[in-house]
Amino acid sequence: MIPGVDPRLLEKWEPVIGLEVHAQLATESKMFCRCRRIYGAPPNTHTCPVCLAYPGALPVLNAQAVEFAIRMGQAVGCQIRSLTTFARKNYFYPDLPKGYQISQYDEPICEHGQLSFYLEDGSMSTVGITRIHMEEDAGKTIHGVKNESYVDFNRCGTPLIEIVSEPDIRSPHEARRYLERLKQTLEYTAVSQADMEKGNLRCDANISIRPRGSQTLGTRTEMKNLNSFRGVERGLTYEINRQIQVLESGGTVTLCTLNWDEATGETQIMRTKEEAHDYRYFPEPDLVPLLIDPQRVAAIKASLPELPAALERRFTEQYGLRSQDVEILARTRQLAAYYEAVVQAGVAPTDAAQWILGEVLRVLNEEHQEIQDFPLKPAALAELIQATTQGTINRNTGKNVFDKMLKEGLSVTEIVERDQLAQVSDTAALEDTVRQVLAGSPKELGRYRGGEAKLFGYFMGQVMAATKGQGDPQVVRSLLQQILDES
Amino acid sequence: MSPIIRERLQAFPVALKKQGELNAVITDTSSQALEQLDASPDGPLSGLLLAIKDNLNLVDTPTTAASRTLEGYVSPYTATAVQRLLDAGAAIAAKTNLDEFAMGSSTEYSCFGPTRNPHDHERVPGGSSGGSAVVVATALVEAALGSDTGGSVRQPAAFCGIYGLKPTYGRVSRYGLIAFASSFDQIGVFARSTELTAKVFEVIAGHDPLDSTSADEPVVHFDYSEERARGLTIGIAPEYDHEGVEREIRERYHDLIHFLKGQGLTIKEISLPHTAHGIAAYYVLTTAEASSNLARYDGVRYGRRVHAPANLEALYTDSRSSGFGAEVQRRIMLGTYLLSAGYMDRYYIRAQRVRRLIQQDFITAFEEIDILVTPTTPTIPFPIGGKVNDPMTMYLSDVFTVPMSLAGIPALNIPAGTGANGLPIGLQLSANYFGEETIFQLSRFLEQNYST
Ligand SMILES: [Zn+2]
Repeated sequence: MIPGVDPRLLEKWEPVIGLEVHAQLATESKMFCRCRRIYGAPPNTHTCPVCLAYPGALPVLNAQAVEFAIRMGQAVGCQIRSLTTFARKNYFYPDLPKGYQISQYDEPICEHGQLSFYLEDGSMSTVGITRIHMEEDAGKTIHGVKNESYVDFNRCGTPLIEIVSEPDIRSPHEARRYLERLKQTLEYTAVSQADMEKGNLRCDANISIRPRGSQTLGTRTEMKNLNSFRGVERGLTYEINRQIQVLESGGTVTLCTLNWDEATGETQIMRTKEEAHDYRYFPEPDLVPLLIDPQRVAAIKASLPELPAALERRFTEQYGLRSQDVEILARTRQLAAYYEAVVQAGVAPTDAAQWILGEVLRVLNEEHQEIQDFPLKPAALAELIQATTQGTINRNTGKNVFDKMLKEGLSVTEIVERDQLAQVSDTAALEDTVRQVLAGSPKELGRYRGGEAKLFGYFMGQVMAATKGQGDPQVVRSLLQQILDES
Repeated sequence: MSPIIRERLQAFPVALKKQGELNAVITDTSSQALEQLDASPDGPLSGLLLAIKDNLNLVDTPTTAASRTLEGYVSPYTATAVQRLLDAGAAIAAKTNLDEFAMGSSTEYSCFGPTRNPHDHERVPGGSSGGSAVVVATALVEAALGSDTGGSVRQPAAFCGIYGLKPTYGRVSRYGLIAFASSFDQIGVFARSTELTAKVFEVIAGHDPLDSTSADEPVVHFDYSEERARGLTIGIAPEYDHEGVEREIRERYHDLIHFLKGQGLTIKEISLPHTAHGIAAYYVLTTAEASSNLARYDGVRYGRRVHAPANLEALYTDSRSSGFGAEVQRRIMLGTYLLSAGYMDRYYIRAQRVRRLIQQDFITAFEEIDILVTPTTPTIPFPIGGKVNDPMTMYLSDVFTVPMSLAGIPALNIPAGTGANGLPIGLQLSANYFGEETIFQLSRFLEQNYST
C-alpha cells in the first residue's frame, strides 16, 4: 500500500529506493581549516585562504570530524576501515572554490552497516547502509534580482558525512521512517544537529521500478533536493507514479538526475545521462592516507550513548508506556532526558508521559521551541504534576497553572497561593453548594427524576461553576450522586 | 642589524636594473624588505639577501606564477618556507621569473617574457625556476628559493653553474607554494656554495602543521667531515650514461667518477631498470594533478576575470582561455583527458605503478650505495626559442631529474665546471629519503677537492 499510488499497479510493479543522506557534522571548525563552522553569520565572514582556495593553501584534516564519522559508523554497526583515503571529485561551480570537492571514493571510512526502525503498521524494517564517507560542503550561490549572482563561502568546507543506503527501501513511507531514524541517530550521538530546515541534513534518492518478483533492478533516476520529511514522501510518490506510468505505457525509464521542487510538487530534469558529470576522481595528493587505530575505534564505541532503539525498548519495559507514546518521547535525546528527569523527580511514569505529550509538546509546537529551550525545568513540571495527583489542585486547574508558570515564571505554590486555587474538598462546604444548586434548578431536577439521566452532567457543571472550578470533581460527583439518590 | 644589508637593499633596484636584460625578476621587494629591516630578527640568515620564486606567497606582494590568470592577485598570507626565511633574519629582495605555474624547463613560458642565461644571453637559464637560478648565479642575492617538481631547481642550477637542491618530498612544507603537481612539488634552494645551500635548507626544512604531507622527521644538521665524505659509497648507473647524453657532459661525468675513485672512494655500479619509463609516468601523473590544481583559477574569487561574460560557462572558458598560456593549457587538457572515465586505468593507474617501481629501484640501490652520481641534464643550455615549439624534446630535458622526483628522494645539482663554449655543466648527487646531509658531505668534499 502506498498512499497516492494505484494499488492495482503496485501488485504488478515494485518500487526500489536507496537514499543518500548528507549530514553536516557538529564540529567546532571546518573540515580542512580553522574557520569556525557557523550558521547564519553575515556572508563571507568565516573564510580563510584554505576554504577560499587561495593559491598555495593546503587542507589539514579536522580530527573531530573523523571522530564523528567513526561515531556515526559505530552507531549504525558499520565496519571502520583501518586505512581510509581521500579523493578529489572534480567539477566547476562558483560555490566550489577549489574546482574540486575533497571527498572519499574507493576507501570510505565506514562500510556495511544497517539501521532498524518501525513502520506505521508496527512492523520492523532494516535497511542496509552501504557506506558512510567524509567530504566537505560547498558554499552557497545566491542569485540577485538583476541577473547577478553572489557566493557566500561561510558554509564552504563544513564537514559532511554522506550516508549511502542499500536499495532496500520499498515505499515512500519507509524512506521517510528511515530518514527519521537516521536523523534521530545523528542527534542522539551528537554527530550532527540534523536540522533539515537549516540544511544540516539533506537527502537525495535513487528510485527504480521493477516487475514484482524480479530480482534485477530497473533503470534508476536520481532525485535531488528532498529536503524535508514530507518532501521525501511526496517526491518519491510522484516519481514512482511517473515511472510506473512510463512502464505501463510501454516506455522505458531513462537514467537522469531530477530536481524535486517542493513548491510545485513536481520534478525537473537537471541532467540527462549524456550531461552526467565525469568527476575524474583521483587520490587527493594533499592529504596522507588516514590510519585509524582499532583501539580508538573501540574507545569511541564504548563511549556511544544509548541509541534510539535501545532507549525505546527500555522506556517500554521500564515505564510501561504505549509504543506510540515512547516513539514520540524518544524522538530527541533531550526530550527523552526531560521525561526521565520528571519521572526521577517522583512523578508516576504514565502521568509524566501524559503531561509531556499533552501540555509540553503543545506549547513547544505553538512556540516552535525545542525542549532544551523550554522554560519549565523538569523539577518544576514534576512539582505541578504532583500537586494535581495529590489533590492540591485538580487537573484542569493544573493546566491553567501550567500556562501561568510559563507566562509568569512563578512556582506552583506561588501561583496556587496567590490565586487561591487550592482545591475545595471539604465535604460539608461542598454539600451546601450542591443543595443550593439543586434547589435553584427545580425544572431540571424534575426532568432528571423523570428519567433524563444525562442531566447529571448539567448539575455537575453547575456545581463546578459555583465553586469557580475549585471543587474536587471526584468529591462533587459522589456528593451529587448521594444527594440525588437520597430523595 | 648589519649596515651592509641596508645599503645593499637600498642599492638593489639599481643592481637589478643593470642586469635587466636577463629578465630574472618579476617583483622587486627590496623596499618592503627595507621597511621591515629593523624588525627583522637575528638568526642564521641575518645579513643575507635572498630571492624567492614568484610561485611562493609573501604577504602583501603580488604572486603571479608568471601567469596572466593571477593578474591583480596580492598574497593575503606568507608561505611557511618563506616565513622561516624571514624568521631566520633573511631579507627577501625579489620575486623571480619562472615558467608559468612552474610548467617548463627553460623559463620561456612566462607572461613576463623569457629569462636569459647569464653565461650566454641567447640561451635559456633552464627552468622552471630560471629567475632564481640567475639571480644567484649573478650574485644579485646570496641564495634563492625555487620549486622542483621534475627538475625545476636542479636543471636551472646546472644551466647556470650553481648549487640547486631538491629536498626529499615532504621535507619542506608546501604551504603557500602555488601547486603544480602536489605529490611532486618541493621547495628547493639555490646558492653558490654547499655550506649556504645546507644552511638555507636547514632553515626551511621541518614539519609544518599546515601541510599534512610535510614529514615529522628531525632535520640532521650538516657538519662537514672529510672522513665521512671519504667513507661514502658512490653509485653509478648505466641508465644515466649513454649515447643520448651530450659528449662534454658525459666526459665531465666520467672525469668526476675517476677523480672519486682516485681519491679512494668506493664506486659501485648499480641498476635502475625502470628509468626509461620515468618521463612518461611523470607527465601522466603531473598533468593529471595539475588539471585539478589549476581548476581554482576560475575568475570567481581573485585573479583574471573577463568583463561581463554572457553566462557562467563563458566566465570560466573566457577567463581561463585568456589567462593561461599555451603550455599550461596543453597540460590541463592532457591531465583532464587522462583522468576521464575509461582512461584512468590505462594511464593514471599504470603511471602510479611505474612510480612505485622506480621508487623500488632507488630503495634497492640505496641498500648498496650512499650517493648516486649522475649528470643533471642530457644537454648543455639550449638556445632561447630552440624547444618551445617541440614539447616532447622540452620534456626530455628533465630525463635525469624526473626519476628522483617520482621517487621523492633528495638530489642536488653541483656545478662541475664549464664546457668548451664556457657554458656550465652540472652533475647530480642523489641520496636515500632524508639523506640531504649525506649529499652535502660529498658536495662539500668535491667543492674543496675537485677542480676542472
Ligand atoms: Zn577557512
